Amino acid sequence: MDYFLTEEQQMIRDTAAQIAKEKIEPLALEYDEKGIFPWDIVKVLGDADLFRVFIPEEYDGLGGGAFEMSIVVEELSKACGGIALAYAASGLGIIPIILFGSEEQKKTWLPRLASGEILAAFALTEPNAGSDASAIITSAKPDGDDYVMNGTKQWITNGGEAEIYTVIAQTDPSRGARGSSAILVQKGTPGFEFGKKEDKMGIRASATRELIFQDCRVPKTNRLGKEGMGFMVAMKTFDQSRPGVAAQALGIAQGALDKAVAYARQREQFGRPVSSFQGLQFMMADMAMQLEAARALTYQVARNIDAGVKNVAGISAMAKVLASDAAMRITTDAVQIFGGYGYMKDYPMEKMMRDAKITQIYEGTNQIQREIIAMHLIKESMRKEG
Amino acid sequence: MNIVVCIKQVPDTTNIRINPETNTLIREGVESIINPFDMYAIEEALRIKEKIGGKVTALSMGPPQVAEALRTAISLGADEAILLTDRAFAGADTWATSLTLAGAIRKMENIGLILMGKQAIDGDTGQVGPGVAEHLRLPHITDIRKIEEISEKEIVCERLLEDGYLRLKAQLPIIITVVKEINEPRLPSLRGKMAAKKAEIITWNAEYIGIPVEEIGLNGSPTQVLKIFTPPKPGGGKVFEGEPADTVAQLLAELKTGGIQLGAAKEE
Ligand SMILES: Cc1cc2nc3c(=O)[nH]c(=O)nc-3n(C[C@H](O)[C@H](O)[C@H](O)COP(=O)(O)OP(=O)(O)OC[C@H]3O[C@@H](n4cnc5c(N)ncnc54)[C@H](O)[C@@H]3O)c2cc1C
Repeated sequence: MDYFLTEEQQMIRDTAAQIAKEKIEPLALEYDEKGIFPWDIVKVLGDADLFRVFIPEEYDGLGGGAFEMSIVVEELSKACGGIALAYAASGLGIIPIILFGSEEQKKTWLPRLASGEILAAFALTEPNAGSDASAIITSAKPDGDDYVMNGTKQWITNGGEAEIYTVIAQTDPSRGARGSSAILVQKGTPGFEFGKKEDKMGIRASATRELIFQDCRVPKTNRLGKEGMGFMVAMKTFDQSRPGVAAQALGIAQGALDKAVAYARQREQFGRPVSSFQGLQFMMADMAMQLEAARALTYQVARNIDAGVKNVAGISAMAKVLASDAAMRITTDAVQIFGGYGYMKDYPMEKMMRDAKITQIYEGTNQIQREIIAMHLIKESMRKEG
Repeated sequence: MNIVVCIKQVPDTTNIRINPETNTLIREGVESIINPFDMYAIEEALRIKEKIGGKVTALSMGPPQVAEALRTAISLGADEAILLTDRAFAGADTWATSLTLAGAIRKMENIGLILMGKQAIDGDTGQVGPGVAEHLRLPHITDIRKIEEISEKEIVCERLLEDGYLRLKAQLPIIITVVKEINEPRLPSLRGKMAAKKAEIITWNAEYIGIPVEEIGLNGSPTQVLKIFTPPKPGGGKVFEGEPADTVAQLLAELKTGGIQLGAAKEE
C-alpha cells in the first residue's frame, strides 16, 4: 500500500532499508546467538544520519518526528528487531530531552546524540515497579544545588552502553506519583554503576541492564522539566515513543511474512509448492491483512503526533497493541509455514518469533495499553453525557 | 590538491542475462550501478581527502543518465561531478575512452591523484587506467590494495600480485587503480543524498575538451568487436567417493581406460 511518503521520507526509508539488508541481516543470527551489542551498526546508522531524522534542525537534526523514527525502526527491524532496538531505545531516551529539555540541556546532548556518537536510554522500571510505575522507590534527595540518588532501575535497554540516561526518581516520596522527577544522569557519574547484562529470550543483541545508584550526586540543573513532573515526563514520552515500538513489531512481522511467502513458494510437498495449498494461502492472507491494518494505524498515529494533535495517549496505545499482537501472531504463523525448519536456529524464523514477544511487554504491557484505551473511551463517553 | 575519481556506470551483473541469439547483454530491466571497483576508488579518494585535505572530483563519460551515478558519488562525499557527454563519444573503445578522459583531466587544475577501479565489470579490460596515464604522460600503478602513506608529493602503496605484493613509492601526480581489498565503501548518508539531489552536474562536450571528433567515439576506436559469445561450459569433472584406497584404485582404472600411460606408478 502506498503511504504517500514525501521525497525525504522515502530517502530515509531507502537508506534504512539498505543498511538493514547489507549490514544488519548478515549479522543478525550471530549477534542474537552471542548477545553482541551492535556498536558497529550504531556507527553505520550514525554515519548515515539516521539518528538525526527525529531531532530538531537547531540541534543538528533533520527536523522530522515520530513518523520518521518509525520508518527507520520498521526497516531496521525487518532484518533484526534486537539490533534495531539500540536505535529505538536511544530514541526513547532522546524524546524527553526534546520535549522537556532546557536550551542548555538540548545544546549539550542533542547534537552528539544526533550524530550517533553516543546513545541515550530511559529508566523507569524497578524490581517492584513494573506496570505500576507509581511504585518506584529510587530516590533523588534534594541537597543544596544537587540531588543525591539511591536505588536500582531494572531492565534498562541500552544500559551500560548509553552515555546519557533519563531517570525517573522520587524527589519527594511523601507526594507519591506527584513527587517524582526526570533527571539526566551521565555514565561515569560517581555512584552510578551497572548491574549484570540480562540473558534474554529475544532481542538478544540489545543490552538490558540494571542501573544502580549509591549516593550518586547530580546537579539540579540536570532535571528535565519541573520537580514533581517525572511521571508526566514518562507518560508524554511513551505517548510519542509507542509508534516506535509498533514500528519495531511491524518490521519484525514484515520480515517474517516476506520470508514465509518466499519459502512457501520454493518448498515442495506432495509434488507441488506448499504455497499452492489453500490452508497456507489463507494463513498468509490473514498475516498480510493484520500487518497492513496495523501499519496504517501506526503511520496515522505517528502523523497525528507530529502534527501536534493533543491527547494521543489512547491512539498511541492502540497502535502499539494492534501492531505487537499482530507481530506475535504473524511470526508464530511464519514459523508454522516453515514447518520444522522454522523451529531450527539455522533459519531466522524462531528468532523473529522470540523477538516479536517483547513488543507485547515493554513500554507498557498490552494489558496496560488496553486499560489506557478503555479509560479514554469511558472518559469520552462521560464527557458526551456532560 | 584535486583528487579525481573516474567512474563508469555499468549494468548490475548480479542478475544479468545474455540473449542467446545475438549474444549481447539484455539491458532491459537491468539496474545501472557504479562499477563496483570504482566504489572502492571513490571511498579511497574520500579517505585521502579526509586525511590530507583537497577536493574530490568524480568524472564519468557516458550518456546523460550517467548523471545518476555521479550524484551517487556526490552523496558519498565527492565535492564536484563532471559528466562527459556527447554523441561523438559514443561507441568508444578503451583507447578512445582513455583519450577522452585524459582530455578532460587536462582541463582541470592542480591534479594530484587520479583513482580508478582496477577494471569495469562489463568490459573487464582493465585498460582505461593505464591508458589515461599514457595519454597524460603520467606514471601509474595498478591493483593497489593498500595506501600506506600519502602526501601532496608522494605515495607509498602496496600493489597486489598473484603471489604477494609489491611495496612501491612514487611521486605525485600519478594514476592508480584499486582492488577490492583496499577498503569497505561507506553507504551514502541522508545529508549526502539531499546534497546530491540539489548538486549541479557539470557537463562537458567534445568541443569543450577539444579533441578532434575523428579521434574519439567509434571513429577513434581501433578495436572492433566482431562477435560476443558465451564460451561453452567446461565439461563436468568426475568425483570418486569412498575410502582413499578405493578412490585411488578407481581413479587409476579410469585413467587406464582413458589410455593414459601410468608410467612407474604401481597398481595394487
Ligand atoms: C527486554 C526488556 C527491556 C526493557 N526496557 C526498559 C527500559 O528501557 N526502560 C524501562 O523503564 N523499562 C524497561 N523494561 C521494563 C518493562 O517496561 C516492564 O517489564 C513492563 O512495563 C511490565 O512490567 P513488569 O515486567 O514488572 O510486569 P508486571 O507489572 O509485574 O506485570 C505482570 C503481568 O500482570 C499484568 N498486569 C499488571 N497490572 C495489570 C493491570 N492493572 N491490569 C491487567 N493486567 C495487569 C501485566 O500485563 C503482566 O501480564 C524492559 C523490559 C524488558 C523485558
